[in-house]
Amino acid sequence: MSSPDRLVYMANQIGTFFRSQGHDKAVPGIAEHIKKFWDPRMKRAIFAHLDAGGAGLEPNVLEALTSLKQP
Amino acid sequence: MSLIEEIDYGTPRSKSETMVTLTIDGNQVTVPEGTSIMRAAMDAGHQIPKLCATDMVDAFGSCRLCVVEIEGRAGTPASCTTPVMPGLVVHTQSERLKKLRKGVMELYISDHPLDCLTCGANGDCELQDMAGAVGLRDVRYGYEGENHVFAKSHGEINAAWMPKDESNPYFTYDPSKCIVCSRCVRACEEVQGTFALTISGRGFDSRVSPGMSESFLGSECVSCGACVQACPTATLTEKSVIEIGQPEHSVVTTCAYCGVGCTFKAEMRGEEVVRMVPYKDGKANRGHSCVKGRFAWGYTNHKERILKPMIRERIEDPWQEVSWDEAFSFAAAKMRGIQKKYGRDAIGGITSSRCTNEETYLVQKLIRAGFGNNNVDTCARVCHSPTGYGLSVTYGTSAGTQDFDSVENTDVALIIGANPASAHPVFASRLKKRLRQGTKLIVIDPRRTEMVESPHVKALHLPLMPGTNVAVVTALAHVIVTEGLANEAFVRERCDWTEFEEWAAFVAQPKHSPEATAILTGVDPQDLREAARIYATGGNAAIYYGLGVTEHSQGSTTVIAIANLAMATGNIGRPGVGVNPLRGQNNVQGACDMGSFPHELPGYRHISGDAVRDQFEALWNVKLNPEPGLRIPNMFDAAIEGTFMGIYVQGEDILQSDPNTKHVVSALSSMECVIVHDLFLNETANYAHVFLPGSSFLEKDGTFTNAERRIQRVRKVMTPKNGMADWEVTIALAKAMGYDMPYNHPSEIMDEIAALTPTFTGVSYAKLDELGSVQWPCNEKAPEGTPVMHIGGFVRGKGKFVVTEYVATDERTGPRFPLLLTTGRILSQYNVGAQTRRTDNVVWHAEDRLEIHPHDAEQRGVRDGDWVRLKSRAGETTLRAEITDRVAPGVVYTTFHHPDTQANVITTEYSDWATNCPEYKVTAVQISPSNGPSDWQKTYDEQARHSRRIAPAEAAE
Repeated sequence: MSSPDRLVYMANQIGTFFRSQGHDKAVPGIAEHIKKFWDPRMKRAIFAHLDAGGAGLEPNVLEALTSLKQP
Repeated sequence: MSLIEEIDYGTPRSKSETMVTLTIDGNQVTVPEGTSIMRAAMDAGHQIPKLCATDMVDAFGSCRLCVVEIEGRAGTPASCTTPVMPGLVVHTQSERLKKLRKGVMELYISDHPLDCLTCGANGDCELQDMAGAVGLRDVRYGYEGENHVFAKSHGEINAAWMPKDESNPYFTYDPSKCIVCSRCVRACEEVQGTFALTISGRGFDSRVSPGMSESFLGSECVSCGACVQACPTATLTEKSVIEIGQPEHSVVTTCAYCGVGCTFKAEMRGEEVVRMVPYKDGKANRGHSCVKGRFAWGYTNHKERILKPMIRERIEDPWQEVSWDEAFSFAAAKMRGIQKKYGRDAIGGITSSRCTNEETYLVQKLIRAGFGNNNVDTCARVCHSPTGYGLSVTYGTSAGTQDFDSVENTDVALIIGANPASAHPVFASRLKKRLRQGTKLIVIDPRRTEMVESPHVKALHLPLMPGTNVAVVTALAHVIVTEGLANEAFVRERCDWTEFEEWAAFVAQPKHSPEATAILTGVDPQDLREAARIYATGGNAAIYYGLGVTEHSQGSTTVIAIANLAMATGNIGRPGVGVNPLRGQNNVQGACDMGSFPHELPGYRHISGDAVRDQFEALWNVKLNPEPGLRIPNMFDAAIEGTFMGIYVQGEDILQSDPNTKHVVSALSSMECVIVHDLFLNETANYAHVFLPGSSFLEKDGTFTNAERRIQRVRKVMTPKNGMADWEVTIALAKAMGYDMPYNHPSEIMDEIAALTPTFTGVSYAKLDELGSVQWPCNEKAPEGTPVMHIGGFVRGKGKFVVTEYVATDERTGPRFPLLLTTGRILSQYNVGAQTRRTDNVVWHAEDRLEIHPHDAEQRGVRDGDWVRLKSRAGETTLRAEITDRVAPGVVYTTFHHPDTQANVITTEYSDWATNCPEYKVTAVQISPSNGPSDWQKTYDEQARHSRRIAPAEAAE
């Protein structure tokens, strides 16, 4: 699994856990989790992937990453 | 320093709170009701002669040496079996008693060898002591009669004589010295719970018999050492004592194997260990031990231990032995060079759960303050990181809720994904003791473990398919909620009620019922309902869980589901209940507490918190990086990508222990500087450029924190064989890299930890010396520590229910890989086996075997003992098969103690969604007959041999 694929996979896995809490809790939950546990180079890589269209990211995850990217 | 003599009170302590006063030898004595007269006398300082009594087991009353006279009562009752009563007047010495005792001793000695001077127990023999105590001067019967002592009698073969059994590698059984007091038999039953020993025959034919008159090694004996400890003569003696002699001083210290954290006396002669004996005052083990802690310490002076620092430019080169200074400057130049070339964040390190709190603290300090980044992680990443996450979210603290004593008040024990009989044996013995008193046991495990098959234990076993924990635990919650078994009063008082309602509505959905989920989990719905009812209504219910819970892609979710279950039934916040992770390594709890995770500073405080960082920056005199660093799996990915090029690994064999070995190999090979700090040239060292020799737990001071949050002292009993304790090595490496950490003793490091960590403010070496141990939080609010957490309320405030949806792992079976592989440990070996494989413990487990159900074996033409090829999407290896119905059809199982098996070549990169803890416990595999090692195993072996070469020292000029 190469880098962006692996990060997309990890981000979606986080998204799956929060999915059953409903959209309104899930989006901030996912954003918070990635903020707290991902190293800066991982964040940079996923943001770059987001800028490139964010292919493969689940809708909640895409929204969470978009909110996280805006400081 | 002298030999620590523990008082043997003869019979166990009574827990009664009602006090009774009586008179013994003219002294008034007040003791708890239920105490024996023997113990009451010992309390008053009067030792009644005894042989068959010892306070580790219940009174038996067979030797008749402890007889006493009681005013107003006829005869001479045994003081061990006679309980105290108010107003009794007891005499422990009289003409009649003297005569009786002398007569008893005379009979014993008439059938006992008189080789006292050359006997292994010389200086530590209760039989000899008692002969002295009763004043035995003569044996009127002679030694010629019928006996067990001599191989030949009157020129004929003596059928009653039996030769020594030396089959066990650590102790001998010499039947000619046995007095048949049955202390060993009772220790095996009552303390260990294995029931391996019995007394065969009757009267003069009575013999201690392992199993059905087998050898010790051939019997069910698990070599815990309880019988050796109980034996009053030289019948059962440590081989090390026979070889070396009696110890002259002892030091109390903590075992360095599993997370139980047993307290031992290291009994010494000079700087040589004679034996390790479990310490009665140890609050985790209460005087018990297992084969590893008691006997398997020989690795500390194994010939393969590396004692000199070594370096090399390339991993293809042989190692060069160098001075410590050369090694440090070589390592420092490499690491600083990498930072210059690739950036500050291109290096990092791994702290060890095998090392002390102080050493772990120093490594993370070196990384955060010296390296200037937060790329620090620890082996907890690959075991209990989901516990930290799950319990912190729900309860507010990243640790188990109870102490081990709590099990004595437990009415229902629910074990999920753990096999304490193998991995946490001393806790298992304490649990089994309680189970034999009637506590109910539920085991959720894919395999019929030793806990399920224990003698005198009836378990309700739910054999689930690996990977379906969340579905099973949520189904338990479904039954509890829909059958109205939740403890509403507790939830209303202690938890967030709205969150509970949302959770209850979620679990109550029909799709979470045992009947609906049975197709996934394979668990009988009736059994699951029964288990839920027992857990919710059976009294004090405690959950104990292990890596079968955490090492899954839904590891954190299962921990949360478990936490929900305990809250919903009110099983939190008092003795006997709780959520108890059984921690794998001796100091994995401590390593987590000490800030080994990349996102948090000591005391579980996130690195992004300005106030917390300010505190550390002020004391460490540096600016800290507020961004979390890389976790171990992320480090590997970054290494392959080319952004992480140097690593300092203290006391962990990441190559053998981390999943997907091929991936780890390519990550390590990509790095420019790998520093391994260890006792042995482990598998990771095959890819290292610097080897810093480590010191064993016998060679340094410090503390370990066990699974019950108990901080215990590790005490130095010998000079480090490599010349430096591990904490000194880290300090010197830091200094070479330009960061000073001046400490003269580990106690100063603990003082700094206490100053910076709110849950440790009350901890100091002085307090540990005074109290023996403390459980954190230990601070102004709890100066003597906290045995049970969340009493009256949760650490986070209100307990938090979180919904836990079952999501199947992406590691699926299919036509190519139709079986599920799961892994575990065996009693005699420990993790990657670096220690235990270098002891005689290999007699019990010389290789890893693949357990396979007869049905699956037959389909593939595999017979017991055959070599089989085990293949997954990640890789393949070979090992020998063991056919057993302990595993269900469709499931195979192996241990991972031997590097030549390479179980982790098979495991995949899937990991827990929250923490990246690898999914070791589920791998889809196929097996087929094989002729021997796979190509990978052969290439690996060749590389390892090549890499371990050490260049011969150049001749002195």
